[in-house]
Amino acid sequence: MSLRKPAKEQPDNFEFNTSSLEAANNIISKYPKGKQQSAVMALLYIAQRQNNNWIPLAAMKYIAKFLDMPYIKVYEVATFYTMYNLSPVGKFFVQVCTTTPCMIRGANKLVEACKEKISVNESELSDNKSCSWMEVECLGACVNAPMMQINDDYFEDLDKEKTLDILDKILNGETPKPGSYRGRVNNEPENNRKTLMDLKNA
Amino acid sequence: MLKLKVNDIDIEVEEGLTVLQACEKAGVEIPRFCYHEKLSIAGNCRMCLVEMEKSPKPVASCAMPAAEGMNIKTNTEFVEKARKGVMEFLLANHPLDCPVCDQGGECDLQDQSMFYGVDKSRFKENKRSVPEKNMGPLIKTQMTRCIHCTRCVRFATEVAGVPEIGAIGRGEDMQITTYLEQSMQSELSANVVDLCPVGALTSKPYVFEARPWELKKTESIDVMDAVGSNIRVDTYDWEVKRILPITNEDINEEWISDKTRYACDGLLHQRLDAPFIKYNGKFEKASWEEVYKIIKSKFENTSKEKICGFLGDLTNMETGYIFKEFFDRTLEIKNYECRSDNRFLDINKRENYLFNSTINGIEESDFILLIGANPRYEATILNARIRKSYLNNNTKIISLNDLGDLTYPYESLDGQTQSIKDIFDDNSEISKKIKEAKKPTIIIGESLLSSHSSKYLFNKIKKFLIENNKINNDWNSLNILSCDASAVGNYDLGIVNQESRLLDDLKNHKFDIIYLLGQDNLDFDKKDEFIIYQGSHGDKGAEIADIILPGSAYTEQDGYFTNLEGRIQKAQKASYPPGDAKEDWQIINEIAEFMNNRKLFNDKDELESSMFNYLNLQKEKQDDLIEKINNSTNEEFKNENLKIFIKDYYFSNVIARSSKTMIECNNSKINLKSTGTEG
Repeated sequence: MSLRKPAKEQPDNFEFNTSSLEAANNIISKYPKGKQQSAVMALLYIAQRQNNNWIPLAAMKYIAKFLDMPYIKVYEVATFYTMYNLSPVGKFFVQVCTTTPCMIRGANKLVEACKEKISVNESELSDNKSCSWMEVECLGACVNAPMMQINDDYFEDLDKEKTLDILDKILNGETPKPGSYRGRVNNEPENNRKTLMDLKNA
Repeated sequence: MLKLKVNDIDIEVEEGLTVLQACEKAGVEIPRFCYHEKLSIAGNCRMCLVEMEKSPKPVASCAMPAAEGMNIKTNTEFVEKARKGVMEFLLANHPLDCPVCDQGGECDLQDQSMFYGVDKSRFKENKRSVPEKNMGPLIKTQMTRCIHCTRCVRFATEVAGVPEIGAIGRGEDMQITTYLEQSMQSELSANVVDLCPVGALTSKPYVFEARPWELKKTESIDVMDAVGSNIRVDTYDWEVKRILPITNEDINEEWISDKTRYACDGLLHQRLDAPFIKYNGKFEKASWEEVYKIIKSKFENTSKEKICGFLGDLTNMETGYIFKEFFDRTLEIKNYECRSDNRFLDINKRENYLFNSTINGIEESDFILLIGANPRYEATILNARIRKSYLNNNTKIISLNDLGDLTYPYESLDGQTQSIKDIFDDNSEISKKIKEAKKPTIIIGESLLSSHSSKYLFNKIKKFLIENNKINNDWNSLNILSCDASAVGNYDLGIVNQESRLLDDLKNHKFDIIYLLGQDNLDFDKKDEFIIYQGSHGDKGAEIADIILPGSAYTEQDGYFTNLEGRIQKAQKASYPPGDAKEDWQIINEIAEFMNNRKLFNDKDELESSMFNYLNLQKEKQDDLIEKINNSTNEEFKNENLKIFIKDYYFSNVIARSSKTMIECNNSKINLKSTGTEG
């Protein structure tokens, strides 16, 4: 990890669309008057959602003006948190967890697969510009390690072959099925559960 | 009061102090990097760790409030080990480039590593390298040296009021930068150089110029504006290398403006180093005797009413006094003037031209009204005080004109003088606010005093304030914001001609001999006048002169200056004038001797004591004077759109105009404007 710099090519303008604006105002209304700057993180996330999963400088400026705070303060926040993307990412944004539990279960194989299929370096677009990948810290699905996240969905219990399969699909524009790839339901034990049998929806 | 123990010494401190401040009261010095008494507490350098009884871990004393019964230890092995550990981490990424670092010799990290540093490094990895940042023409960055104390960030946000510096990234990759690496848009920006405890932010114009121990340090007074900031002039041989602030809580606290700090390279350029005489439109070097002879014959062959003298904006009081004496005693004519425009001035009472609420008083004020003044450019340090007042008390600030960014929010009115009339006729919402305020501060700028109805408005304002008891023994809400360092001093000395309008006469070519003493700001066309210019720099005044007498700048002669609140301070001689140039008072004394065979004063001491006698006499006179409130109904009032006239900030006087650094500052400001990315 090194300091993330904003992308070289930046759009000139950014403005919230109607739904983003509504969401932003909704969040701001939760804070007392004069403390609306507290909403900066949520607003950055809304901007990221709206703008193909990355935040341009214009959006930071827009949010700074929106919340009446200095540009540099928004910039500080955006560069501090790694889940804000400061440069364009693919339509399919692959995040491979490489924190200890996943690493022990072979996350580096997943990384290899990404390097083979998408791009040699992380945070680079694939040849057909539809996909990019990066290593991230724990995504909270350690029971299903190793795993990765593509856009909003988790793909769990992976190995290299399965990852290659999934990546092939997304590179062809298909949407693979999320969830466990070893036939588990959520994170239940592999050969059916052995406790809480009397509860149907446990 | 809280009772606590520091190193087994019992002390009592007020509530609200931190452990670090308590330790200082007990006479124990605590090492620190991020803590600075004028800034908010960050607590991120961890250098100030102390041992506290019942706490298993050492505590950061700068961020820990002092409490009853605490037992603090600062000299134990435990503390020493903790601080050594912190220092080792700070040095893990700090480069070992002290020999080529400008901070060397005055570096906090260097000094403290003498006590807490370990002699060798256990750190085998590569040191972090950080790209340099562009912070404008005044601040040189070497960000690899940065230890992330965030003093500069806090200064920019809190004191300067331009939140443009920040820390981006996180952890090891954290970097201090301005937003998109633009230069900082503040007139106080270079104070971050003093604040930086290491060599990350150093002074660009001073880069590799000298080492601190080679410099001669002289405490002096600044003349770039009328605030009279206390400064330290560092000289190497005759060259002024740099100017630093000295703490004076009543005036500049710990800050000085960029112009004060960096206009000093103007002292090296465009200097007048020998007397010159103009022959056929060309200047030729001459000896002092030659020029004195010409001056003598000119003065003797011209009728007295045809002679006049104008005093400039940077002259000290001794020069002003001897200039006046020269006209009074040698020439026996009262044609002298220190103003460069027809601004209204009533010198019968000293409070008519002083900043009566005092600079410290601004902090207590609960209502500030700016009339025809832009304090950000006219008195930068004073503006920082207004900002402080706003931050501490949420002071209501109203300005007649819209002045752009003043670093604090304010309400602006329509800019018509009619609005002032309404306010002080008790016809406005604002008049009520002034009456309700306990300590209102009415700041009147030179732009108002130069307007058409200035006399009418000034008297009206004063009358209103007296009637509403806003001018009393505790609080005087009438404030004049002078811009020139010598203005108040010259008014005190009475170098003002109130009988006739000398400037109008000058424009109508009524004079044959004009004596300009450091006066470069007069707006008139030369016709057949014989002009004597005495000053330090070859500027507008010298250009039109027939005879040039080379004088000294403020760092080259001892001299008193009275600041805008009427505080008299002495500027010390730090260097000496170049070439044949002489101290200003000496030149006039010698001309007087040449003309009458008698010196005006035998030496500087005599001049000084005579001047103070005069000042005391004036004061007694004023105390006896009972002022009648002017019912100025006979004065006529004409509504006008008040324009704020500001001299180009970076070029407001001859020294600044000769300074290359000031030109660069101005250019960087213009460039920034033209890119269109600033907002």
